[in-house]
Amino acid sequence: MGKRIHVTTTINGEPVEFLCEARQSLLEVLRDVLRLTGTKEGCNNGNCGACTVLLNGLPVDSCLVLAVEAEGATIETVEGIACGGHLHPLQQCFLEGAALQCGICTPGFLVAAKALLDKNPNPSERDIRFELAGNICRCTGYDKIVRAVQDAAQRMAASR
Amino acid sequence: MATIDQPRSETAGKQYKVLGTRPIRHDGADKVTGRAIYTNDMQLTGMLHGRILRSPHAHARIKSIDTSAAEALPGVLAVCTGADFPDVKDKIAELGEGAVNLAHLSANVMAHDKVLYKGHAVAAVAAKSPHIAEEALKLIRVEYEVLPHVLWVLDAMKDDAPLLHDNVYTEELGGKQSDKPSNIAKHLHFEQGNVEEGFAQADIVIEREFKTATVHQGYIEPHVSVALWNQDNRLTIWTATQGSFTARQQTAEVLQIPVSNVTVVPCEIGGGFGGKISIYLEPVAAILSRKSGRPVKIVMSRAEVFEGTGPTPATFIRVKLGATRDGKLVAAQAYLAYEAGGFPGGVIGPGCMCVFSCYDIPNAVVDGYDVCVNKPKTQAYRAPGATQAAFACETVIDEIAEKLGIDPIEFRLKNAAKEGTRRVDGPVYPRVGFIETLEAARNSDHYQSELTGPYRGRGVASGFWFNVGLKSAASASVNPDGTVTLVEGSTDIGGTRTTVAMQLAETLGIAAEDVIPRVEDTDGVGYTDVTGGSRVTYATGLAAYHCGLDIIAQMKERAAILWDCEPDQVEFADGTFTGPGQSATFKELARRLLETGGGIVGRASVDGGGATNGFGTHIVDVEVDPETGKVTILRYTAVQDAGKAVHPSYVEGQMQGGAVQGIGWALNEEYYYDADGRMRNASMLDYRMPTAYDLPNIETIIVEVPNPKHPYGVRGVGETPIVPPPAAIANAIYRAVGVRMRELPMQPHKVWKAINSQE
Repeated sequence: MGKRIHVTTTINGEPVEFLCEARQSLLEVLRDVLRLTGTKEGCNNGNCGACTVLLNGLPVDSCLVLAVEAEGATIETVEGIACGGHLHPLQQCFLEGAALQCGICTPGFLVAAKALLDKNPNPSERDIRFELAGNICRCTGYDKIVRAVQDAAQRMAASR
Repeated sequence: MATIDQPRSETAGKQYKVLGTRPIRHDGADKVTGRAIYTNDMQLTGMLHGRILRSPHAHARIKSIDTSAAEALPGVLAVCTGADFPDVKDKIAELGEGAVNLAHLSANVMAHDKVLYKGHAVAAVAAKSPHIAEEALKLIRVEYEVLPHVLWVLDAMKDDAPLLHDNVYTEELGGKQSDKPSNIAKHLHFEQGNVEEGFAQADIVIEREFKTATVHQGYIEPHVSVALWNQDNRLTIWTATQGSFTARQQTAEVLQIPVSNVTVVPCEIGGGFGGKISIYLEPVAAILSRKSGRPVKIVMSRAEVFEGTGPTPATFIRVKLGATRDGKLVAAQAYLAYEAGGFPGGVIGPGCMCVFSCYDIPNAVVDGYDVCVNKPKTQAYRAPGATQAAFACETVIDEIAEKLGIDPIEFRLKNAAKEGTRRVDGPVYPRVGFIETLEAARNSDHYQSELTGPYRGRGVASGFWFNVGLKSAASASVNPDGTVTLVEGSTDIGGTRTTVAMQLAETLGIAAEDVIPRVEDTDGVGYTDVTGGSRVTYATGLAAYHCGLDIIAQMKERAAILWDCEPDQVEFADGTFTGPGQSATFKELARRLLETGGGIVGRASVDGGGATNGFGTHIVDVEVDPETGKVTILRYTAVQDAGKAVHPSYVEGQMQGGAVQGIGWALNEEYYYDADGRMRNASMLDYRMPTAYDLPNIETIIVEVPNPKHPYGVRGVGETPIVPPPAAIANAIYRAVGVRMRELPMQPHKVWKAINSQE
């Protein structure tokens, strides 16, 4: 075991420090060190998107980021999407639209969809399908996920 | 999205308060906030991390295994090999969707003397971190004697093929066995009528051959198990399984310990589709836990999931159909050879039962072969065996319809299976809804619309799958505030907590939100079979319904105490109990249970009463790029008979998800092997499953022909939707560019080659 490295980050708006080995991925540290297990492991090689988090506002596969690279970074995970006692409109629309079945890909989709809506508040169906192509869902066939993101965008626009 | 009610039985036309509505699923908040606990989220004090060493060879004898260097690595606390597993005798165990020989299961979980496929487990390590465990695997020395291997079903059936097992003989109908060992483990034969006479009556006979590739279920959650072998010899296993009771049974048998010493805790599960019924990691984690005295977690890598678990088989199928000039099918013959993988017992049985299951054909014969090859032991995948068979049959159906100049839906309507049709393997259908799905497809906006443009075509195909029924238990306790806590044993993979709870709510006349469903471990609920076979909403729903009836009967007795009358003077309707001059709602009476003798628990344990049937018809428009052969899905509509759609959103979700898995199977997905028998695309990048960008929205039409075997008319819906897509797409490609595709997957290079060899 190598010497542990001290990393300082901001996760879901709170300052967080942790120790990690150089070989540990951000996914491993989030889940096993910080116990933020909402971020899921599906393939551990950047192909399924289940471990998507926002790193300085951009969606990344946390399995492909070394934890030491997070030094000074701002990280958002699925645990940070809901605001206080309220679900984010994306979460609410996923529930109302039955946009999840087994739910293992859902955290990654929510984080990726949030990144999309942060950047493009009024995406077309094609925009949504393109931006979410890095996230694989094997249960839903994507139809209800795409519609939930469209609904959330409309709901957020209406409340602005 | 449309729902078409077909009022044809005594349950039709019933007005429901809860069924058919779309409440938010009970576990929803946990699943959108990241709070839901999947097996990999389990953290136990002192937990170790296990890793498995796997065979690099497709077929080899294990000469020796030296684990001493791995054991000596600091941080390693236990190592195990096949030598740590007890001898397990041949014994068949029913697992709900298929059966398994326990001796083979044991040898599949950990190789004993031979490895039968690349990825076969040969040793395992538990260490303080997954990284140390990984390093330790590299220190294990295994000496192999490499044997010749065989990778394709037809090659494995040859007399001079490399033999996987010297104790497997061909089992014929009636239990007769071949004289010498064979890779062909089983030959199935079904027939009805007289097939020679049938073909003699035909004006048109078409016979075609088809090949399909090995594909994986592709669930996003890898297999993962946590085991704690406690010092009192009790074993607790948290695991990603479709069936906690069958996982308990398999684990106990493989470890040769009493079933009651094992508790299986089904955590939330990240997809299964049939691939998480067999055990893999559970007994390995258990042995490592016993040896180390610590809890052990093993998570498979994605490559291990592809190479070390059960995909669904590659197949060779020949289908011959004969029809009269006016479009009546008179004879059918099929030859199906399905790969079983490294051990016997693939999905050939349902393949044979399903190949002609959509049609009323008087004369038919079906032969099926279960064949061992040096690939992973195959497993169920959503309507196991049916998709390959339908690809073959539905493509020939389309060709006959086209040659006779009959619309493909009209041709199917002329020959559709209906009440009284005898399937080739024997069963006679009760009321089924196939004709109604065809009519709904024909009348749909999609089918009625015009498809224009070059290289575009529209295809149609139908599909069939069973509802296996099987056993489910449930109990439900009435809370003082009028809510009801429902305890069930069915792992919830796609919203079944809610569809089961809704049936209890309907029975009790309360809101879906007033039922609190809980999925319990094997010590917390009665025996419940797997979540599979399209059975949970049907059979566990049936258990919930009977729990409701039990509660109502008990509450009538309590009302009688309060109202000083006889229980049979109390009536229950629309959520209200009525007695002589008195009435109380369910909630009002619930509040008074503690003063009338204590709480009430309803309970039920049901046997779902055998198979019923689900039919679907799909329509697809494709565009083929003549330069590259790439097929694009332009529009897709799935039609299915749901009996009664309990929660229409989740029925639509099953139809959409199944259709998209079928689209992947049709166009992209396959295990690609090199000459040495090594899978070369064992990652989600190279084993390409459909993404959101590859697809249009999937339109759905739910047809409701009530199931006569269920009080609310429910039919299972989960599996049928994967069956039609490959054939529907192949038929659409033909209409687009004039070539008949008879091999899956239909990747661009194959379509391109077909187009260019045609000209």
